[in-house]
Amino acid sequence: MAYFPILSFITFLPVLGMLIILCLPGTQEKLIKGLTAAVTATQVVLAGIILHSYNYSLSGVFQQNSFQFIEKFRWIEISGLSWLGTVKVDYFLGIDGISAPMVLLTALISFIATLSSWNISKSVKGFMALFLLLDTGMMGVFVSLDFFLFYVFWELMLLPMYFLIGVWGGPRKEYAAIKFFIYTLVGSVFMLLVMIGLYFSAKELLPNGTSAFTFNLLSLMDPKNYTATGILSPLNPHNLRFVAYIALFIGFAIKIPMFPFHTWLPDAHVEAPTPISVILAGVLLKMGTYGIIRISYPIFPEITRQLAWYIALFGMINIIYGALCALAQKDFKKMIAYSSVSHMGYVLLGMASLTTVGINGAIFQMFNHGTITAMLFLIVGVVYDRTHTRGLDDFGGLALKMPVYTFFVTIAFFAAIGLPSMSGFISESFVFLGSFSVDSIRIITMFSTLGILLGAGYMLWALQRVFLGKFNEKWNMLTDLTVREYLMFIPLTIVIFLLGIYPSGMLNIMNTSVNSLVDFMNKMPANFSMLGKF
Amino acid sequence: MTEALLLNISLVILLLPLLGFTTLILLGKKIPGSHWIETFFMFLALCLSVYVGFGKLAFFTGVSLVKEATWIQLWNIPVLGNLQIDLGIKIDNLTAIMLFVVTLISFLVHIFSLEYMKGDSRFSRYYAYLGIFTFSMLGIVLTHNILMMYIAWELVGISSYLLIGFWFEKKSASDASKKAFLVNRVGDTGMFIGIMILFTNYHTFTFDTIYAQIAQGHLPFNSPAWLTAAGIMIFMGAVGKSAQFPLHVWLPDAMEGPTPVSALIHAATMVAAGVYLIARVFVMLTADAMLTIAIVGMVTSFIAATIALTQNDIKKVLAYSTVSQLGYMVMAMGVGAYQYAFFHLVTHAFFKACLFLGSGSVIYAMHHEQDLRKMGGLRKKMPITYAAFLISTLAISGVPFTSGFLSKDGILAGTYAFASLTGHWMIPAVAFLVALMTAFYMFRLVILTFHGTPRDQERHDHAHESPFVMAMPLVVLSVLSVFFWYGLNPANPSTGWFLDKWVKTPTSIVPQGQRFDFMKSEVKETASAEKTAAGSTEAVVHSEHYMHAMHQAHYPAMGLSIILGGLGILLAFSMYQWKKIDPDKLAEKLGPIYRFSLNKWYIDELYGATFIGGALALSRLLAWFDKYVVDGLVNGAASLTRGVSKLGGLFDTYVVDGLVNFTAYLSGFIGIFFRKFQTGKVQTYVVFVIFSVIILLFIFRPFGF
Repeated sequence: MAYFPILSFITFLPVLGMLIILCLPGTQEKLIKGLTAAVTATQVVLAGIILHSYNYSLSGVFQQNSFQFIEKFRWIEISGLSWLGTVKVDYFLGIDGISAPMVLLTALISFIATLSSWNISKSVKGFMALFLLLDTGMMGVFVSLDFFLFYVFWELMLLPMYFLIGVWGGPRKEYAAIKFFIYTLVGSVFMLLVMIGLYFSAKELLPNGTSAFTFNLLSLMDPKNYTATGILSPLNPHNLRFVAYIALFIGFAIKIPMFPFHTWLPDAHVEAPTPISVILAGVLLKMGTYGIIRISYPIFPEITRQLAWYIALFGMINIIYGALCALAQKDFKKMIAYSSVSHMGYVLLGMASLTTVGINGAIFQMFNHGTITAMLFLIVGVVYDRTHTRGLDDFGGLALKMPVYTFFVTIAFFAAIGLPSMSGFISESFVFLGSFSVDSIRIITMFSTLGILLGAGYMLWALQRVFLGKFNEKWNMLTDLTVREYLMFIPLTIVIFLLGIYPSGMLNIMNTSVNSLVDFMNKMPANFSMLGKF
Repeated sequence: MTEALLLNISLVILLLPLLGFTTLILLGKKIPGSHWIETFFMFLALCLSVYVGFGKLAFFTGVSLVKEATWIQLWNIPVLGNLQIDLGIKIDNLTAIMLFVVTLISFLVHIFSLEYMKGDSRFSRYYAYLGIFTFSMLGIVLTHNILMMYIAWELVGISSYLLIGFWFEKKSASDASKKAFLVNRVGDTGMFIGIMILFTNYHTFTFDTIYAQIAQGHLPFNSPAWLTAAGIMIFMGAVGKSAQFPLHVWLPDAMEGPTPVSALIHAATMVAAGVYLIARVFVMLTADAMLTIAIVGMVTSFIAATIALTQNDIKKVLAYSTVSQLGYMVMAMGVGAYQYAFFHLVTHAFFKACLFLGSGSVIYAMHHEQDLRKMGGLRKKMPITYAAFLISTLAISGVPFTSGFLSKDGILAGTYAFASLTGHWMIPAVAFLVALMTAFYMFRLVILTFHGTPRDQERHDHAHESPFVMAMPLVVLSVLSVFFWYGLNPANPSTGWFLDKWVKTPTSIVPQGQRFDFMKSEVKETASAEKTAAGSTEAVVHSEHYMHAMHQAHYPAMGLSIILGGLGILLAFSMYQWKKIDPDKLAEKLGPIYRFSLNKWYIDELYGATFIGGALALSRLLAWFDKYVVDGLVNGAASLTRGVSKLGGLFDTYVVDGLVNFTAYLSGFIGIFFRKFQTGKVQTYVVFVIFSVIILLFIFRPFGF
């Protein structure tokens, strides 16, 4: 079979675009924008091809032979380094039911964000180049199966994000950018430590018969590969796996963002330009929860099970705390930012259940939150572009002046409060159904349902303040949506309804992998702890 | 006529309003007269419902028809195996009747609105909303599983949100719609927890599958307490939608919506959904759950009736009367008078829709005046409206020969029988008291609106009978409020086809020990105790002594309800028609009690001060905490790092670098010192050498030099 490295292509296409853009003169703004749009649109097409040829019966998760679109070759190899032996890093890409939805999401959201960055006027060339670099970083995180590679992409995405907020942001952009950067970097440092610890704890058999330390995520999931004395090896009775788990978890938790590590998010969102907010909420936050499912769960299954209750607890705190904070906000964008905190809590809660229904719900919620919140930030962007204010109390009666806009706003808001027939309902229900079925977190789940109520509270209140009531004559110059804005909203609307009415379209992609993960989590801890006693 | 045909037609009925909604929402403004599309679809749905109803009730009386399809399937789940979520419709007699009720009232409201809403700037949008509402309501009626019930439940919530807030320019309207949705969501959240209890234990949402497992003795978490909890939690959904205390507060405010909407959703359909839900889960309610339901219904009917006595807005009176009547139905379900609860649901749907549309007709004639104190004397001006309104009022007051008499009497007899068997005499006592109050406030309403002399002459002069499209629905609905549609005996409905053939109390599947004594299946003493424990499903629902008690209760209850109803009417006439008693003086005399009723028991104020105020205060507190404590820690850590680094900088400058500089200084100093000896003169060096040798010799002398 002729093999086309589609994952590399979808990942590095934006870099290619970036290189071309860098060669173009900065005055060619239209060309640069068009090129960016073409690149991201191609990504959507490629994602469509991936979806089309995706095999629903392969599970992935911890078995290399059931990953799909695999690309694997040696990237770095230095042999004969005294006690280190061979240092090797694989270029190892592949997707399964956990990463496939994220790849689709990244492609879709990047395209939408390109459309929404059309009216960036300051240094278009720089913006688009950084934007494309960011795109590669995000895509790379979701397709890497080697920890080192994963880390490289994770860091790669940080830098453009810093500049995109710091240069194209609002009044307090420097503060927000540096806060985002340092906060995430702290998380990265934790991750780096754990990565190195894991590296020196497990050995992988090489084709030439010798064995070498490994960054391969799948090898790290197999207790057989661990050395007897490795610091993070389950075989070592004095291992530091518990500490490492917490450190890694904090690294990911910052990205989610999980209470109490969430305060960078409102600042970053408020200062970031609209397309970057869209990317931030739509894709970046998912990296945290994705990392936990992809790395923390199968590499540390025994500790995950030990701490599942706490993950659920933090999920509940996120849901309720985020919702209450959202209720108190007076800034439209800040309210949406806190609603993200709340909605990501559902993901944590579903993950903590360690059941098929719950984790399916969690991953599905990651996707749905991506589309719905992206739409919400676009909505704020539309009104901010026109009025340069975001105060919830500054408007009123916009429904009268901008009916089409309000139509989409209503859809997005209803989707955000989990209305049936829209995608958010299915994922939230699955999260609840999954976590409720677990004895230990049943009470937590019951308290978390408060989020459904509070969510409706702040959303409908915001809807009322901005769009209903008497029209505020101050905004008489407002115009309804342009064609470009239509184009941003329509695909998201279609996806939201499609997955609400036909959720199997997404659930079928995830289910086999999630089953496999749940099965792994149920059986593997016994192996991990049993081996530890030797 | 086959089962498949009926099911397929039902599916068409369900989808027609949705099609109307989609068409109108997307193209409504582009097609002139697009509201006719939706109205036509509704007419079609009505015709098909009549067909389905007739087919089902005549040819498939005893069986329920089910059609289902897999919606979501998760294969090979560890431990569980396959998990399948089905969507499906189930038509039993209840469904067939409800289909007709919903489509008929919806169609009449469509017709009525042609005139009432004419000229509204969002006319087509209004019809689109009616469509989505009807679709959602039909979803509740047709579903065969509780997930779809919840889905339709939420959709009803959101479509009522859209309809109540239809005139969203008014702050009061958007407030009311928000309140309605949120209050409903409180109930929905409880309902969802109930659904989770069932799903966790039975891995399905389908009613029949769940019931089959309960009947086999498989209880949620193996505990009857959880079965009670599941019942009460699901009932919370009904508390929200059917506006039961303590969640009844949204319904009166919802009167901000256009009046035909009130007739559709706040009288006949949406609010009846709660009672319908209880009917659907009736078989799994334990005695404790039923008693809870009965008490909630009782409290609701009482509170609402006391408030209705003093309201001055024509729609507010009707709203509280609706809440009170819904309390009746819920209470009837709770005391096991299942048949009468559903019967009252149907009869109430017709006469209350008629009352609301009648009030709409009045409001229309009075140029959107809703205050009773400005009406009066409209009887002559609006004879058709008056006649229809009066018939419906007679029905709701329980006057013989009306439908309301039959159903209400059944409920009263049910509570009476229940009390005689269980000793809860409070329930019938309150029920009869409410019957008295109902007759009073409804006739107060009629008299203030239609009788006497006009209190606002100018508006009265301009008033006129409503046009045909508004009068016709009134006539249809008032005709349906006469007894003979439900049975030929005007005194005893239980022999009529409605109760004798169509609506039967289903068999409880709850374990014997968790049922009321009178609902236990009568196991002969010779039968083994094991069989009882297994919860035999062939048992009859009500024991003989319940039937006996019901039979005994029938005529006393009827007599008492006629007397009390008559008394209420008489009181209303003597106060407002003949002015024998001055209501204002009475109000003054009753002072605090009057104000308590007028201000709706201050429940809104109470909620505002506690739940809403509390949530907002908490949210502000947390936002403050977030900004200054959580983020303060982050910024604090940043400042600390900067402080430490500054210290480090100082240390670096003065200590580390100081040492370096000191070293340099020292070596420089040493250099300067020794430079002195580097004179460049040979004689000096020779002197140094000689001295050095002497010193060295001196030092090393002990070693033998």
